[in-house]
Amino acid sequence: MAIDETYLAQEPSGDSRADAEEVKADRSKPPSVWRRFGLQIGIGAVGALIWLLFLISAPVVFLKPSIYLAFASTTPLFLIIALALTFVIITGEIDLSFPAVMALSMVSFTWVFQNGGFLGMAFLAAIVTGALAGAFNGYLVGKMGIPAVVITIGTSFLFRGLELAAMSGSGFPLTDPAMDPLKQVLVGRWFFGIPMQFIWVVIFAILLWALLNRTRFGSHVFLIGDNATSAKLMGVNVMWTKVGVFMLVGAMAAFAGMVASFEVSYFWPTLGEGTLLNTIAAVFVGGTSPFGGAGSIFGTLIGGLIIGALNAGIVSAGINAFWTQAVFGFVIVVSLIMQVVIQKRVRN
Amino acid sequence: MSDTAVVTPVIELKNVSKTFGEVQSIKDIDFHINAGEIVGLLGDNGAGKSTLIKTIMGFHTPDPGGEIYFKGELLKDWNVHKARDIGIETVYQERALCDQQSIWRNMFMGRERRGKLGLLDVAGMRKEAARLMSEHMGFTSNAVHPENTVMTMSGGEKQGVAIARALYFHAEVVILDEPTMGLSLSETKKTLNFIRSIKEAGKSAIFIDHNIFHVYPVVDRIIILDRGSIAASLVKDEIPIENLMEGLQHLARTGSWSA
Repeated sequence: MAIDETYLAQEPSGDSRADAEEVKADRSKPPSVWRRFGLQIGIGAVGALIWLLFLISAPVVFLKPSIYLAFASTTPLFLIIALALTFVIITGEIDLSFPAVMALSMVSFTWVFQNGGFLGMAFLAAIVTGALAGAFNGYLVGKMGIPAVVITIGTSFLFRGLELAAMSGSGFPLTDPAMDPLKQVLVGRWFFGIPMQFIWVVIFAILLWALLNRTRFGSHVFLIGDNATSAKLMGVNVMWTKVGVFMLVGAMAAFAGMVASFEVSYFWPTLGEGTLLNTIAAVFVGGTSPFGGAGSIFGTLIGGLIIGALNAGIVSAGINAFWTQAVFGFVIVVSLIMQVVIQKRVRN
Repeated sequence: MSDTAVVTPVIELKNVSKTFGEVQSIKDIDFHINAGEIVGLLGDNGAGKSTLIKTIMGFHTPDPGGEIYFKGELLKDWNVHKARDIGIETVYQERALCDQQSIWRNMFMGRERRGKLGLLDVAGMRKEAARLMSEHMGFTSNAVHPENTVMTMSGGEKQGVAIARALYFHAEVVILDEPTMGLSLSETKKTLNFIRSIKEAGKSAIFIDHNIFHVYPVVDRIIILDRGSIAASLVKDEIPIENLMEGLQHLARTGSWSA
């Protein structure tokens, strides 16, 4: 024991002094509301500000419900996927292939339906196709270790190519009366003409919030995105979690693909084109960290509403349509800068 | 010594090797640890200490032919999750924490508690984390609220979280990989006391450190690893620390052990 004491006394302890200076906040209390939800509050404020600007610039348009109903019918097409994509981005990955998955899963839908399958079976076939396409992405990323940004460009071409080949480049009308029940459930109009797809956004937001915050799977999504090595050392199955998040995006892309197709009563072979950037922008504007390990479903919901409001609002507000993209880019860049600033503040 | 010979070791390794590509990191390791025993693992950088414990933990799969036994039972399809399930916990050199996440998430990483409907028992985990930190850690005078992120903690406090985590799951065997690295004087003493308390509780520990003055006072046996093989296996009471030091220096110079 004597040896222990003597040599310990000679041990330099430079490290702990630096550590002590780092620690400032009173940590006996839970972190303040601002520390915990600062980002979400900021995003909410940006959303409210944009809405106010629209309201002031074109009160005639923005005081009537019709603009909101139009907005509620188009925004879900990408917002449903954005909610699921939040999981992928929290794990530190990205998926660029979901527009092609939307179309590919519609191929399964039309095949099963045309070959006398029940409507429910056709619906399931689409969801399963989407989930399998996602699992394929997840396997390539999680098991083979190929960077997601590269491999999902590859699978995007693959899925789109398979879809175009299967459909010989032509579309498929969704006007058969037998499809009406599904059409009502997906894109029907509810009280006061609220589009069903918007109700689905709300339902999915609640379910996915629970999945992210109240299940082991959700816990592992955060841990892997934060520090995959630590998670692995503590027995978290990194590969299956990654397969899981990509499957989720695939299945939700299939759902969104059906929503988008039934909304126009036609399956266009180009289905999904144009949704890529809106969806990704919704997740990042919503405050999900591009470095992984942090993000929220609430943030993505608000982010998606901001992106959707800009799409619907810029022209209605009387701004020259040529300015649409510039305003769009401005809002995205400003919100990303704001996030970095807020995060730095919160950390210090 | 005669009765320890018939006792089944808690962990036993037979002929375990691990090769990464062309490099054989550990070769033909035979190793055991009994209940209530603390084994010190000494060796230079690159001797294979970390590879050995990560193999025991199931993070690395041993090369074919190597066998790991837990209480006499051969382990098959070994992985980290199973290792933790049967009661082996490790305090890793790199702490294995996720900085942006809350303390309770880190404490229950990989073994999250679930309640009704299989949903996470968040309130329960928060409460347990708070209790552990005030009862076991003792690294800080103030209690730290479990909702704070690990990012806000000092090196010693982070180590406290890693140790409290190993403790919480009532491990049979606690493996500590350089637990005193980067700790202050008082934090080091606390860590060494913690290792002694493992023995008092009848549990086992494997203690890896560079500093033999940290290892020597708390261990029962010392295993010396050199270039992937066991160079010497010693009972502490049979070798004075001066001889041990000379032996290690000789090993570093010549590559062979003689005490």
